[in-house]
This record gives sequence, C-alpha cells and structure tokens, in this order.
Amino acid sequence: MVTESYDLVVVGAGPAGLAGAGAAGQLGLRVALLDMAERIGGQFYRQPAAALGATRPQALHHDWDAFVALRGRLAAGRVEHLGRHHVWAVERDGDGGRGGPGERPGGRRGDGEWVVHAVVGEDGGEGGEGGGEGRRAVRVRARAVLLATGAYERQLPFPGWTLPGVVGAGGAQAMLKGGLVRPGKRVVVAGSGPLLLAVASSLASAGVEVPAVIEASGYLGYARHPRALAANPRKLAEGLTHGAALLRHRIPLRTRSAVTEAYGSERVEAVTVSRLDARWRPVPGSGRRIACDALAVGHGLVPGIELATTLGCATRSTADNTLALRLSSTQETSVRGIWAAGEVGGVAGAQLACAEGELAALAIAARLTKPGPYAGPDPRRPSGLDPGRPARVGQLLSRRARLRAFAEAMAAAHAPGPGWTDWLSDDTEVCRCEEVTAGRIRAAVTDEGARDARTVKLFTRAGMGWCQGRMCGAAVSCLAGDGQPPAQRRPLAVPVTLGALAAEGPGCGQEPSRSQT
Amino acid sequence: MTSTPDVIVVGAGIVGAACAHYAARAGLKVTVLDRGPVAGGTTGSGEGNLLVSDKAPGPELELALQSAELWRELAEQLPRGVEYEPKGGLVVASDEAALTALRTFAAAQEKAGVTVREVPADRLPHLEPHLAPGLAGGVHYPQDAQVMPALAAARLLRASGAELRPGQEVTGLLTGPGGAVRGVRTASGVLHAPYVVNAAGTWGGELARLAGVLLPVLPRRGFVLVTEPLPRVVRHKVYAADYVADVASDSAALQTSPVVEGTPAGPVLIGASRERVGFDRTLSVPALRRLAAGATALFPVLAGVRVIRTYAGFRPYLPDHLPAIGADPRVPGLLHACGHEGAGIGLAPVTGRIIAECLVGGQPPLDISPFDPARFEAGGGA
Repeated sequence: MVTESYDLVVVGAGPAGLAGAGAAGQLGLRVALLDMAERIGGQFYRQPAAALGATRPQALHHDWDAFVALRGRLAAGRVEHLGRHHVWAVERDGDGGRGGPGERPGGRRGDGEWVVHAVVGEDGGEGGEGGGEGRRAVRVRARAVLLATGAYERQLPFPGWTLPGVVGAGGAQAMLKGGLVRPGKRVVVAGSGPLLLAVASSLASAGVEVPAVIEASGYLGYARHPRALAANPRKLAEGLTHGAALLRHRIPLRTRSAVTEAYGSERVEAVTVSRLDARWRPVPGSGRRIACDALAVGHGLVPGIELATTLGCATRSTADNTLALRLSSTQETSVRGIWAAGEVGGVAGAQLACAEGELAALAIAARLTKPGPYAGPDPRRPSGLDPGRPARVGQLLSRRARLRAFAEAMAAAHAPGPGWTDWLSDDTEVCRCEEVTAGRIRAAVTDEGARDARTVKLFTRAGMGWCQGRMCGAAVSCLAGDGQPPAQRRPLAVPVTLGALAAEGPGCGQEPSRSQT
Repeated sequence: MTSTPDVIVVGAGIVGAACAHYAARAGLKVTVLDRGPVAGGTTGSGEGNLLVSDKAPGPELELALQSAELWRELAEQLPRGVEYEPKGGLVVASDEAALTALRTFAAAQEKAGVTVREVPADRLPHLEPHLAPGLAGGVHYPQDAQVMPALAAARLLRASGAELRPGQEVTGLLTGPGGAVRGVRTASGVLHAPYVVNAAGTWGGELARLAGVLLPVLPRRGFVLVTEPLPRVVRHKVYAADYVADVASDSAALQTSPVVEGTPAGPVLIGASRERVGFDRTLSVPALRRLAAGATALFPVLAGVRVIRTYAGFRPYLPDHLPAIGADPRVPGLLHACGHEGAGIGLAPVTGRIIAECLVGGQPPLDISPFDPARFEAGGGA
C-alpha cells in the first residue's frame, strides 16, 4: 500500500478544516485535507451534488462569501483535497523497530509521526457491493494532525420518533443544502438550540410551510450572560435575521415546549406539543396537536471526537452535557502533535471554527518550522504562534475568546433538563439499531443494578448497533442516571470491512514477529 | 451498615458472581463489593468462551470439564436467558503438519475425558459451509459452548440473593490477632466478615498486596472485532490450531490466531489477540489487521463484512497460566479466586464451587493443590 507523507493532515473539510488547511498551506506546509464527502464544505457549507446542477447553491446558505474565500485560500495554498476518505483511526507511528519513511526529505526527526487510516469510497455508501471497487484502505502519514471533525446532532427520543417523516433538524438542513430536497410540505421544527431558527428559516425560504418552531428552553437563559451577548453583535444580528424570517413567514415560536409524541400510520401525520416545566417535565394536560407531514427535530450538537479519544486526548464536559476536547491556547490537544479546531472543542459555530482553524495552522507551522522545546501555554501570550504575524494572532485570539463565551452561554441556555425522560413511555424504542425500549433500559437499572451507560449497554445491547450510540447515547446516559455526558469512545470511528482491515498490510508501525515454536 | 455477612466477595465479575452463587447455595450470607459496576472488568470485555478444546491435559482441563457440566446446569436454572449456546468448537488445521499436531493433541485430550471427533477435510463444509477451501482437516469439540458473560454475571448475582454493592473500592483489609481477616475497609466505611474472597480479576494482585501477600496477577491485552449483524454464517466456535500454542505462550509480543464465532444477536466476534502491554487501551492497528486477516483466511465470505466496533480487554494471568483458587495459607480467612486469564467465564462455576466448599469446610470437587495461591511466594508454596 502506498503511503503519502505530509507535514499536516487535516481531518474534516468543514469551516474549521478549510480554514486550517488553507492557512497552513499558505504558510508553506504540505497539507492533505481528508473528508468523507466528495466535495468540501462539511455540514455548514454543504454543497449540492454536482449532478444536481444547482445554479445558485448560495441561496440556501448563510455566509457563502466566507466559503468562497476559504475555497480560494485552499487553492492558493495548494492543499491536496482527498474526498470520500472515511478516516477510521489515527495512530502514532514510529514506536520503534521500523525503518523507512521516518526520515523525511529536508525534515527533522523528533516529534514522531502519525498515520491516518482511512477507507476510500462512496459517501455513506454500501461499499464493496456488485464486485466494484468497494472501499479501499489507505494510509496517510503526517507530522501533525488537525482534527476538524465537527459535530453530530443530539436526539432525545419520544414516542413515535421512529416514524418516517421524522428527521433530524440538521438532517433537514442537509437535505435542503445537499440534495435540494424538502423533508415535507408542512414541517414542524422542534428541539432545542439556535439551529432550529436557522432550519425553520431555510425551510420557509424553500417554500415549506412551518406551522411552529418548538423550543424546549426559554430564551431567558441568554439574559444571564449579558456580556457574552453584548460582545457578539454579529451573533445577535444573525439571530435577529432568523427571527425576522420567522416573523415574515408568520411562524410562531413556542418556547418551554416540546414535541412529546408523533403519530401516523405510514408516516407522521401529527405531533403533540406539551409545555415543559423548568426541569423539562411535560406539564400534564398541556398537550396540543399540530398536524404536519414531517418533523425536523434536534437537541443541539455533540462534538465528534472519537478519533481523539482513541488517541487518549483529554476531554471536558460542556455546559449542555456533552464531551468536548480539552485544548491548549494554541488549539493543541493533550496529546502533543494532535490539534483540533471547531466544534470538537465545544460547539460554537462556523465563525469560531474558522478562527480556531487558522490559529491552529499558525501554531502548527511555528512548531514544524522551528523545532525546539515547547514553552508552556500562556492564555494571554500563547507561545508557539507565528511571531511574524502578531496582529493577526491577536485578532484571532480575541475573536475566539468572544465567540467561545457566547457559545458557553448558548450551551447553558439550551442544556436539556433532567425531566425530559418523563415523556418516554416504556415501549418507546430508545436504541433503534438494536431495538431496545426505554422499559428494557429502566429494568436493567432497577432490576439488574446497571448504574452507568456502559453497563446498560452490556445488559441490553443499547448502543451496540450500527450507529454505535450516536443516536441513543444521550438518552441511555440519562436513563442510566449516571449524570455523565455519554462517553465518546469508538475505536473505529467508521465501519471498516474485514477485507480492508486485513489489507492494511505490514509496514504500518511495528510488525511484531510471531513467536511460536 | 446491615448485619454482618459470612463472606465478602470482592469483585462483581463472573467469578465473583459464581462464588456468591455457590456460597449462598451452601447457606452462607454473602455481600459482593466491586469498585465499579457489575461486569465492569474482564467479564464485560470477554466473548464468553466456555472452552475445553484449547486446554492440554492437566489441572486446567480438569477444571474446564467440570465447569462445562456446571454451566449446563446453570443455564437451566438461571431465571432468564444468558445466551448460553452449547454450539461446539471446531479447530481446523491448514496443512498436514498442523493436522498431525492437532490429532496428537486431541488424542491426549480424549484420554483426559474430552469428547473429540475428527473431521476430515471433505466433511468440514457440513459443519461450516463457509469455511475456506483447502484446509487439511479439523477436530470437532461438542463440549465447547458460549454464554453472554455480562448478562450471565448479572443474572447469577441476582439469583444468588447476595447483597450487591457496586462502586465500593476496597482500600484495606481488616485483620485481627494472628493476622486473620476480619473484613474490609472501603471509602464509605468498614464491613466485617470472617472470610474475604478475592475475585478481583486483573486487580487481584492489588488486593493480595493489601493483605500483605504476593499474588503476581498481570494483564494480558486482547482485542475483539465485532461485525455488523449477520445471519448465521458461522455456526461453531471456529479457530485455527495455532491458537492453542498462543494461549500457552509466555511471549509478551503480540500473538494473534483468529477465533471466529457467530452470536445470537447477529454480530460475528473475532477474537484472540494476546499481548502483554500493561493496562494500555490504545488501539493497535497491527492487532486488528492480523485478526481481520486471520478471520478472512478462515472465512473468505467475511471479507466484505464490516467491523462496526472493536474493544480491548485485559485477561488476568499468573506466570504459570493457572488460576489461584482456594484459601490463602498465609492469611487466615482470605481466599483467592482470580488469575483465570482468558478462561474465567468458562471456569467460573467450578471456581465458585471450590470456594464454597473451602468456606464450609467441605471437600473440593477435585485436587486444588495446583491452584495454591501461595505458590509464587519465594521459598514457599508448591
């Protein structure tokens, strides 16, 4: 197997990865940008498939100009974009015993290198079918890795959530942006978080009727963070834009409410919306039906950090009970040589992702071009950043601080209340892959002594299936009552065929000899 | 604190559960402590192998044969399914040399009481239709079985009626005059009992150290690959004859010989890498690669099947690859039931029975001197 070597591998071609790869390329590093999709942009700047022949993809996007700028820098920096690369693991290389590519042309040994393992194939496709190319295993070697793997949507189950026509809020947005498909004609948007307003506004602009936006939190939570709000006029303006779109399309916003049940025979035909108390328990008798043919629902985003946790990178709990990576002032994880930017460090949106991606690129370039002892991080004057560009660094640092503060305020305001599990009936399927109900999980806790998500998983198989707990993780943790954010340990970040794994071939890392006599 | 138990079992894995079960059946009042949850250690990471096929004649095989019988009984007694499957094992040899060695091994096992049936090459497809062509032959072991280990531990504990206290780490052993055990200390207080059973698995050595004695339990890492759910493409527990050599090896380096099996839930499990690397959970791509290569060599049909997860576990082993089972002659009141390496699920029931007999002063069901917990003490033991 051929192994290409780069100075930097960036995993993820969303805002953070694009900004990081572009900046690093312009600083003279040899950069590869890997992403599972064919086209760059990630979820935020998701582009329609070329075959759809969209003439104005920007119509569905916020901030398309920023994307055009990022794309330009990528080209200027001669970044190698490797699309349809599903990265399943990052591994430390050179643990000894291996000759060969450790020595780089013109490079230094020292920090060691990383091997990024990926399979190449269709985006989400059924690789290997029909005797075609299938998924090919590839390895890419790098002196530094920037993880910009974004986030996925958090789902809190409710009776009826498995009906056709119930889609993720982010999923609805992706359908519009990527496939130019409307999820329905009359779509209720529900859940919690700022994404709901953007989704409702996009749906309405695409001609979809949105009978209501149902937000589980109150927006009063923001008022507790007046300084974070005042420092972020652009964020407020964004919110106002979406708010104005709701007004223009006469979409009512109902706060402190949730969709507590969906109905329908073939697909969703109506939902029940209930008022919630301060702990997110449904208020008895407050339910009201809304007819619809689709429901777009999501409760915020969860950082996609499994590549990092497998490497042992340290994590922190966020205000809305997810795990994010613990990062240094220069965006480095606790594992030297592994950097991260964007949602993986805590969900905060595209603007912050771009600032962090660029900061990481500056720090990585400084590290790789000026080897030497690393001075410890100092939040006010981070060392290791390119000293040649103090103005730019200062600008990025203050932008990061401001946007992080805003994100923390938002996370706190939209954190799920502990009472939401009250809307689960015992026969509600919580783990869809393994068909495990809330009742079965409750029995594992009360009858079998499971007190944490891992033990619930062992006893019930909840989270063992195809999605590896990405869909049910939050719910299982809450039902287990351990009060911890769901663990994000998935040593295989994406499924890999046995054939592809077997074809990894020796030469990667150390190949220990069999000791049988 | 509730009234004083007769015995404290430290460890809520499968071995602790079996000790609790048989001790309770012998009329003792049992409390089980664990620093984590039920099945939080090796039990929760195991495939649930109940094997006689991989054991050479000797004390461990005697344990395994008795335990296989006990598992059959338990599977009928336990209130709800623990996914017990008496599916049998199939060991295959890739060439004539391996087959000759396998035959010799099997013949010795047969003398020791194992049921073995040689399977000529042309009969292999009848047992496993998807096996690779060109194998030299194999041996079928009908006594091999499988169980879902975490569920088995939970159900066994519950059936035992023992008091379960998860999340309580033992921080010290209480001793009385003459050094006899009087109970344990935990973060939340002390618990008195005249007997303490060390069923702490990989941490068994630590618990022994708290008692001031040596029991050199070490971790031996293994990775398991779990595929997407499939219809039954693998019917038995199938492995290559090299596995036996790997199990018995003393090498610290990575060894892999694939053990492939289907499960009632659908996924195929591919196991059996072995390395001594301490408690390091770091993903080892070479280990995964070799497991995958070995499995697809046995079952080419698996090449297009996706692995959806992998995990590491740590087998608790002792230098001579035999467990420590029985009373510790150095500390009155302390008993050990740990160090079963990769065979703990299979050997749990017989271990529990031995411990129960030791506790009530009965006769163990077999000679337990090879498992003497003091055998590693310099100048002492066997």
